[in-house]
Amino acid sequence: MQHETVEKNIGLMGLLIFIVISFGGLAEITPLFFIKDTTEPLKGMKPRTAAELEGRDIYIREGCNNCHSQMIRPFRAETERYGHYSVAGESVWDHPFLWGSKRTGPDLARVGGRYSDAWHRVHLLNPRDVVPESNMPAFTWLEDAVLDGELTGRKMKALRIVGVPYTDEDIANAKKAVEGKTELDVLIIYLQSLGILLKDKQ
Amino acid sequence: MSDFWSWWIIIIAVANIAGCWALLYWTRRMKDSESEDETTGHVYDGIQEYNNPLPKWWLNMFNICLVFSVVYLVLYPGLGNFPGLLGWTQEGQHKEEVAAAKATYAPLFAKYASTPIADLSKIKQATEMGKRIFVNTCFGCHGSDARGNPGYPNLTDNDWLYGGSPETIEQSILNGRRGMMPPFGAVFNAEQIDGLVQYVGRLSGHKVDSSKAAIGQTLFNQQCFVCHGANGKGNQALGAPNLTDNTWLYGGSATSIAETIRKGRNGVMPAHKDLLGTEKAHLVAAYVYSLSNQE
Repeated sequence: MQHETVEKNIGLMGLLIFIVISFGGLAEITPLFFIKDTTEPLKGMKPRTAAELEGRDIYIREGCNNCHSQMIRPFRAETERYGHYSVAGESVWDHPFLWGSKRTGPDLARVGGRYSDAWHRVHLLNPRDVVPESNMPAFTWLEDAVLDGELTGRKMKALRIVGVPYTDEDIANAKKAVEGKTELDVLIIYLQSLGILLKDKQ
Repeated sequence: MSDFWSWWIIIIAVANIAGCWALLYWTRRMKDSESEDETTGHVYDGIQEYNNPLPKWWLNMFNICLVFSVVYLVLYPGLGNFPGLLGWTQEGQHKEEVAAAKATYAPLFAKYASTPIADLSKIKQATEMGKRIFVNTCFGCHGSDARGNPGYPNLTDNDWLYGGSPETIEQSILNGRRGMMPPFGAVFNAEQIDGLVQYVGRLSGHKVDSSKAAIGQTLFNQQCFVCHGANGKGNQALGAPNLTDNTWLYGGSATSIAETIRKGRNGVMPAHKDLLGTEKAHLVAAYVYSLSNQE
């Protein structure tokens, strides 16, 4: 093939560029869809409950992931502070995952059980009440917003399509499980569920 | 990883490096046969394009990259299941880091683990180690200065819910505490709660309405004395606060006291045995103890 042919046919050049740059993805990404380490859940892991799922959606809506990562890297400085480093099996059911790459606040991958529910309540409504140095915004409106649970079942159905093993029973009971809870309640339930499966804190 | 995916990665990676090298070699040598001189034959607005070879430094950068990638893939894991000659893994590196830190700090921790807390609190290095762990772990509730927050006790005032002996402090850290003031909103009417607020205020020396306080006193001696004691001095075995010292965990205003009585309070100190381990908890206990027991 002549150099000139490629240079003068932008469509052909685009196709060739696509082929060339796809090699990296083929070698680095494609196998991850098929190997055990990255496709199988951690032993004993259960799909998020309806309340945890709604809490996670509040977490995403309020942009918590913009300041808080959920990814403990395998460095001593991190495992000393946050606990066991994160493993792929912990996020196989997360769509989308919330690993993040920026920490204005601390990592939350294993925040579950670290603080009491009451602490989270005070802290989310006004972080300065418990941590005077904090620059986290106050999320006062979460306390007043009550969930109706209309969409919870449908969210679970959608997640089931992409591989989260929800049962029909889970979906049928979803509305009842979150109805009447405030956004603050479910967000705290979600936070308390984070990373508690890997017990080894050091 | 299965053999299939291992070879998949190896073949693509090796083919890529070989392909890059071949492309580089081929384009470097390529001569345009159509033109006699050194131009490519392209003309844009009268401007001709020379067919110069790539600059040497540029070419060498490509070569260095190729050599680097080959050396990297031989030494480090990258080619499928081939672990690399160095045997490096990120888990391994983490383990080494942890082991190295352990070798440095373990003797120090061990030395202090056997020293009683009361003695430890006088050793500057020990309390400073304890302080660093404290500001990393405990700041969320007790504050980085250990002076507490509403609902989370001040640890510097020598006023203790569960007792301030070194052993009790260490127990609180290791096993946590669960404070439990039951809600009385359904038990007492508004007038009775107001009476209790006045009485409890008087215990701490607030100016109160004494006729209301008298109602409160009667109720206090029927219900509240069980935990807080007949004289309101509390009970450290239960974590029931002393109500006579004008130190307030949830606020000492009439409104706060009324809310405490109506809704109850549930203070939780999480257990830190698994989080810190006993040796670090020992140092934190020494630091906390030193805050209230300075020379």
